[in-house]
Parts: sequence; structure tokens; C-alpha cells
Amino acid sequence: MHSSLWIAVLLLVPLVGAALALLTRKTEGRAYVVAVAAASIEMAVSLVVALLYNNHLAHAATFDFYTRHVLSAPLGLAYDVGIDGISLLMVVLTSLVVLLALLGARDRRREPAFVGWLLLLTCFTMGSFVAHDLLEFFIFFELTLIPCYFIIGQWGGAQRSRAAMKFFIYTFAGSASLLVGILYLGFTHQHQPGGGELTFGYGALSSTAMSHGTAVWLFIAFAVAFAVKSPIWPLHTWSPLTYAEAPTAGSIELSALLAKLGTYGLLRFAVGLFPLALSTMRPALLTLAVVGILYGSALACVTSDLKRLVAYSSLAQIGFITLGVMSGSQIATVGAVLLMFNHGVITIGFFLIIGFLEQRRASITVRDFTGLQGPAPVLAALFTVVMLASIGLPGLSGFVSEFLILLGTFATHAWWAVFASIGVVAAALYLLWAYQRVFHGRAEGANLEITDATSKERWVLVPVVVLIVALGVFPKPVLDRISPSVQQLIEHTTVNGVTK
Amino acid sequence: MNLVIPSIHYLAILPVLIFFGAALVLTLATALVKSKVPLWVATATVVATALASIVVNYFQWRNVAHAGASTTIAHAIVLDDFSVIASAVIALSLLMSALVAHDWALRERVAGVEFHILALASSGGALLMTQANDLVVIFLGLEILSIGLYVLVAFDRHRATSAEAALKYFLLGSFASAIFIYGAALVYGATGSANLTSISYFLGSNVLLRPALLYAGGALLLVGFAFKIAAVPFHLWSPDVYEGAPTPVTGFMASIVKVGAFAALVRVLISALGTQLDTWRPILWMLVALTTIVGATLALVQRNAKRMLAYSSINHAGFILLGVWAGTIRGTAATLFYVMTYAPIVVATFAVVTLVGGRGDDHHSVDRYRGLARRQPWLGAAMAVLLLSQLGAPLTTGFYAKFTVLASVVDAGGGALALIALLSAAVAAVFYLRWTLALYAEDDLEAARIAVPRSTGAVIGFGVLVTLVFGVWPGPLATLAQHATVLFTP
Repeated sequence: MHSSLWIAVLLLVPLVGAALALLTRKTEGRAYVVAVAAASIEMAVSLVVALLYNNHLAHAATFDFYTRHVLSAPLGLAYDVGIDGISLLMVVLTSLVVLLALLGARDRRREPAFVGWLLLLTCFTMGSFVAHDLLEFFIFFELTLIPCYFIIGQWGGAQRSRAAMKFFIYTFAGSASLLVGILYLGFTHQHQPGGGELTFGYGALSSTAMSHGTAVWLFIAFAVAFAVKSPIWPLHTWSPLTYAEAPTAGSIELSALLAKLGTYGLLRFAVGLFPLALSTMRPALLTLAVVGILYGSALACVTSDLKRLVAYSSLAQIGFITLGVMSGSQIATVGAVLLMFNHGVITIGFFLIIGFLEQRRASITVRDFTGLQGPAPVLAALFTVVMLASIGLPGLSGFVSEFLILLGTFATHAWWAVFASIGVVAAALYLLWAYQRVFHGRAEGANLEITDATSKERWVLVPVVVLIVALGVFPKPVLDRISPSVQQLIEHTTVNGVTK
Repeated sequence: MNLVIPSIHYLAILPVLIFFGAALVLTLATALVKSKVPLWVATATVVATALASIVVNYFQWRNVAHAGASTTIAHAIVLDDFSVIASAVIALSLLMSALVAHDWALRERVAGVEFHILALASSGGALLMTQANDLVVIFLGLEILSIGLYVLVAFDRHRATSAEAALKYFLLGSFASAIFIYGAALVYGATGSANLTSISYFLGSNVLLRPALLYAGGALLLVGFAFKIAAVPFHLWSPDVYEGAPTPVTGFMASIVKVGAFAALVRVLISALGTQLDTWRPILWMLVALTTIVGATLALVQRNAKRMLAYSSINHAGFILLGVWAGTIRGTAATLFYVMTYAPIVVATFAVVTLVGGRGDDHHSVDRYRGLARRQPWLGAAMAVLLLSQLGAPLTTGFYAKFTVLASVVDAGGGALALIALLSAAVAAVFYLRWTLALYAEDDLEAARIAVPRSTGAVIGFGVLVTLVFGVWPGPLATLAQHATVLFTP
């Protein structure tokens, strides 16, 4: 097993970066340099961690870099971290998102505070993904709200206050049931024979014996919080306004990264801890997932705002992830984990390009644009790659993950897969239509003046395009890392879900 | 007839003696010294008294560690870890409030030592409540605490609202006291003793065939306490009094009354009436649900910072009651942990409000806070941290305070109640956040700077430090609270 110091470094680098960025507030632009440096180090460390990661461990399941220190026994508080194949991908995504958000969506208004919040958010999100203890996860999960709230509330669009408040309250209220659920689970574990000290460690709690009814209630308590965060239909109503009002960097963080906290939590904690509840809850959640896919696709077809378009298409994509997570099939779950990453990368691409357009025209309404292909061919080409990946064109990353999800789900829950696949067609419909309206036709007036992507903008999108193509053609190294962890999780749920 | 003087364990009552002694010395000094006693002398006396009391608390703690908990003066006063911790918190709150009041008195030109005398006496009453093992002693402490506060609330003689608030507080508070003492009498009638240990022993070894008297008495005691902690529906006085009182007094009130009243409430409900858990729990359930919900909801519509904080403190009272509702060791520890962490935060919050209120102490519209953090980053950031801590954001003590009470409630089988309280916290988050965001708004950049006097600044800094340091590292406080309550078993 590798040293857990790697994780400590992952948590500390953004924290130190944020502190330094705030200290250099006197010199114009210095904070930005510091932040980019911190994000680059973070990216490098995550890549090293990803390469070092060893999934053939005898102990601690497939968790590498593992350590546990009890901080306060009466509170049951512990520093308990580890990385397995599922969180590994999320760790890399976290570093990637902040780096690209900084590079591609620079916001010069009160820059030290802005980059400080972004780095803090990175630290907290990283903490949620590496937490191997429920209380620790909850603390990081809640903490992510504060930077988000300030980023949206201070750097957002015209309705920023409302959007920030709606986002915060929605998520905060959603996580109320999560906290009660975690506490209940912790005490159930403590009071069972041989329970000992109060603990919220994932390893300990996953062996808690409980009745079917308890499992169902706890599953619901957890699922509500994660459904709000993801967002899963019908608890998604905060997301369009929030995504639209947030500054570009905020939209990227929210939809590319924080949404994954929800689906990650659903897989790791709701599915992983309550296998007994799955037989009861599976049909309900699969149905919600399919409804989300169809609903998101339908709204994406009619919306006139580019950011909302991505928000609704995200709703559909999150539906696919939920479908994979809940299907109970190993293949589909692997696909879902992969889609969490791929959707993150694709969304970064979308929001960056929309941000570039917004800078040029101060508008994100579809109607304001037409024929951009002429004056901005490179931008159009980059958009095309990202769009095609989102549609699921074979050879690009989106295809692999969606295909795995539908394949696996078809084997276990055929009808849901059939309806979900309508979403694939719909994605082609609304994305191509949007592309047609924005980039095709003849450019006139302000649209004719639009400049093509600058070299910096092109370079920022290079990693996105490379990842889209690489994971579309050769996803094996990534799949090899995900599969053992997913296999273990699925085996745990099937064994514990049936025999008891 | 022989008058038997009960044995007195002086270490046990030393903090109370120090407090009343200091109040007496100051009073005599004002009477005997020809020239006016300068304000700083009084402030220094209060600070020294509070520090001395905390030092004594340390020796008390060691005494309890060696000799165990003990009672003295005919078992009316108890010395245990619970009382030691609560006393230290009261002394600390007094110290912080006195420093804030010092700067406030200079600004408002009400520099007189009476303020400090009254604060000392009030705190002495609160100390007595934490150590009381007898309903009569609780009543004594409650009255000493309250009478000092009635006058303190009226202290700002330049403002009519101050006098109005004091009258309101006095009238309703007297009612509450009367109700309390009547309840104490009924409980005495039902159990034959006013001593908490005896009551508990009596109820543990006898079955009351007609418990109506006990129930009536217990209910009246509960009403009395509910008035003092401003639990809904006995909260109506609190917004008006919070608003009318001089702001440092409001902070003082919000901290020490809560510590004293909750310490006594825990002793009465858990130690004395613990056997009646199933009877008072449903009542407390309703009280908690109402208090948390009403506190959070009504705070939303307030435009006055002090009224808003009044409703917020009602919401907090509901949360603290959660720990009492649990009725377990874990719940009692959570209650203690909550008041320990809440007291410094609330004093520091009102210290900021005192500064923003400006001369005249009447500029308390929330709009005054717009852009504060832009003009004065440190003051604004401090207020933001204090508000987020009251909200219960992680990495502040507010989170662990809420966490521990909720944990105890879930452990005691109150999942639904925990959920209600948490949802009320989500509602409360709205106004804390709105306020926080207003601090960072980009308007009124030209407004006048708010002067931050040194001692008030120190108090604010201390509050922020406490909430952040123990928010990251809550272990020591949690262990302390747990250690202090191991003997509480219903």
C-alpha cells in the first residue's frame, strides 16, 4: 500500500494555494499566478497518484493510500482517507476541473478572493472524494457549499443572489436527511453486539446488520441528499437557474464536478451501505433516472439559453449515470463511473466555449448567434468535437460510457434501458439543432465581427479534446483501474442483498 | 433549640463568593471614595474577578478529580465537573461582555461603575444556578440573575426603548419567576423535599398513585425555565428586550442566561425528574419543534439586526433543548458542549453589532452591514465567520454543537425531531447567508469607517479564534463536555 501522505498533499496544496493567493492581494495578477501554480501542482500530484494506484491489495478492500486516525472519540470524528478505483477518477477530475476553470474562465474582478474560493472548493471536493468515513464525508460535502455560495453570489449574473440562495438552501435542506441517516447508522452499529466506540468509518459501517425496513429508510435518507446534489429528477429545480447565473468557472465546478459528488455518493454510500434496500428501491430510482433522461432531453430541445441547454443536457446525462449506478450490473456501473468522468470533461468543454462566446457577445441566448462557423471556424470545430462526444459518437469518450451503461442495464433491466436509449437519440437532436442555429447560416452584424479562438483558448481546450479522443479510442487503462473496485462493490451488494 | 450550622465546603462556593465579593467591593468603593471611581478600574476589577474565578474553577476541577463530586451546605450546593465547566463559561462570557461594555460606555457617555457591579451580581446568580442542587437555590440564583438584568436592560438612559424593554422584561420575568416558585412549591408538596437529590430518590423508590401534583409542579417549573430561555410559546418578550437593551447587555444576556438556565434545567429534568422522562419528553418534543421552527421562520422577516439575532437565539435555544430532550448522558454532554461553544460566539456577534450600532446605539438595520467587509475586511470577515458559525457551517464550532445535539437525539430515538430541527436550520441559513452576502455587497463603499476600540476588537478576535480553532479541532471540548457529564443518568 502507498503512503497516505499523497492524499494529505492533495488536500493541502489547494489550501496553501488559497492562503498564498489571499496574501498576495496587493500585487495585481499575482494571485492568479499562484493559483494556477497550485492547480498545476495538484494536477501533477493527482496524475502521479493515478499512476501509482495499485488495486491488487490484500487488505482494506481495493483502497490504496489508506489511513485512519481518530480525532475525537466522543464525536466519532476521524481522519479516514483512502482511494479506490472509483474515487481515483474523481480525484483526477477534481484537479482537472480547477486547472481548466482557472485557465479558461479567468475572472479579474477581485481576483485573489475568486481564485481563493476556487482553490478552497477544490480542497473540499477532494476531501469528499477521498473520505472513507461518513462523518468526514459529510463535513466535506457540506463545506463545498460555502465556496460555491460565495462564487455564485458574488461573481454571478443579474439574479446571482437568488440563484446562490436557492442552491444553498436546496442542498442544505437535502443534506439534513443525510446527516440524520448517518447518525442513525452510526448508532445502529454502535449498539449492535460488539459495537464498541462510536464510529462512522465506512469499513465498519458496511458490516452493520439491519432490518429490511431500516435499510430502505436509510437508503431514502441518503438518496434524497444525493439526488438534490446530482441533481436527479424531480429534485433538480435549483440547477438551471444556478448554472445559468453562476460565473463560467462556477458553472464548470458545479456541473462538471459537484454534480458528481451526488452520483458518487449514491454509488458509494447509498448503494454500497444498504444492499438490502436495493431490491425495493431499484425500480423507483431507475424510473426516476429514465424520467430525468427524457425530461432533460425534452427541455434541452426547447430552451433558448446555451447554459441552460447544457444544464438540461446534464440532467439527462446524470440520468444515465444514475441508471448505471442503480442497474446492479457490473458493466453498467463501470460505465457510470466512466461517464461521471467523461461528462465532467465534456461539460468543461461546453462551458468553456460558451464562456468564450459570452465574452465576445455578452450573451448566451441561442437566438443572438448565427453563422459563427464563418468568422470562427476553430471555435466551431472544437465545439463540434465536444458536442459529438456528448451525443455519443463511436470513437469519442461519450460513446464508451453510454454504451457500457445501456449494455449492462439491458441485461438486468431491459425496459428501462429501452426507454433510456431514446435519450441518446434526443441528445443528437437538441445538440445538433443548437449547433445548427449557432454556427450554421450566414453571419451578420455583430456575429460577423466575432474573432476566432485565440491561441490561449485553443490550448486550454487541448486537454479536453485529447481526453475525449483518448478515452474514446483506448479506455482500457482507465477501465482496468475502475473495474476491480466496482466488482468488489457489486459483489458486496449482491451477497449482502440476497442472503439476509 | 439549637441552630445547627451546616458544614461548608468553601472551595465549592468560592467562585460565587468571589463574584458577590467583587460586586460588594465595587459598591462600597463608589460610596466611600470621594472622587468618581474611573471606569477602567471597574472593568479591570471585573476582568480580574472573572480570571480569578476561572483559576478557582481549575482547582475545583482537580478537587473533583481527586475527591469526586460533592454537595455542601446541607446538600443545597453541588460541586461537580458539570458545574465547574458551566461556571468557567459564565466567567468567560462576563469577561468578554465587560470589555465590550467598557468601550460602549465610553462611547455612549454612560461611564459609571454600576454597570459592572450589576453584571457581576447577575453572573453570580448564574453561577449559583449551575451549582444549585435545590429548587430554592435555583430560584435564588434565577432571581439574582434576573434582577441585575432588569436594571442592565434599562441602563441606556438616553434611549426610551431601553426603559420600555426593561419594563417588559421585568413584568414578564416576574411572572415567570412566580410561576417557577409555585411549581417548586407543588413539587415540594408532592415529594416532600425541594432538594433535587431527595426528589430523585423519592421518585425512584416510591410510586405516586396520584401524580397530578407532581405533574402540575413539573409543568410550572418547565414554563418558568421556558420563559428564561425564550422557548416558544414563551418567547414573546425576547425580541423586544433584545432590541431595546443596550447591545452589550443583549450579548451578555444571550450568553449567561442560557448557560445558567440550561444548567439548572438539566439538573431539574435529568437529575431530579429523570424518572419521569416519559412524561416530560412529549411536552419537550413540542417545545423543541415549535422553538426551532418559529425562531427560524420569524427571523426571516426581520430587518433589525438585533431582532434577527433574538429570533436566531430562539432557534438556538430549541437546538440546546434537543440535548435535554434526549435525556441521556450523551444528550447532557451535548447540551453542555452547545452552551460552551455558543456563549463566546454570541457575545462576539453582539460585540460587532455594538460597534455597527454607532453612537446612540440605534443604527441596527441590516442595511448598515452592506459592504462592511469591503470597507473593513477584518471586521467584515469576523462577522461572516461568526454568522456562519451560528448557521452551523463545518469547520466552526457551530457545526459540532449542532452535530452533538442531533447525534444525542437520534441515539435516543428522535429521528423525526432531529429532522425537524435540521430543516429549521436550513430555513435559518437563509437569513444568516443573506446577512453574510450583504457584508460583501459592493455598495455603500463611501460609508464612514467604524472605529474598532482595542478591547472590543480583542473580544471579537477571541470569539472568532475560538470558533475556528475548535471548529477544526473539537476533540478537547468534546472530551471535556463528555467528562463533565458522566454522572448524569436519568
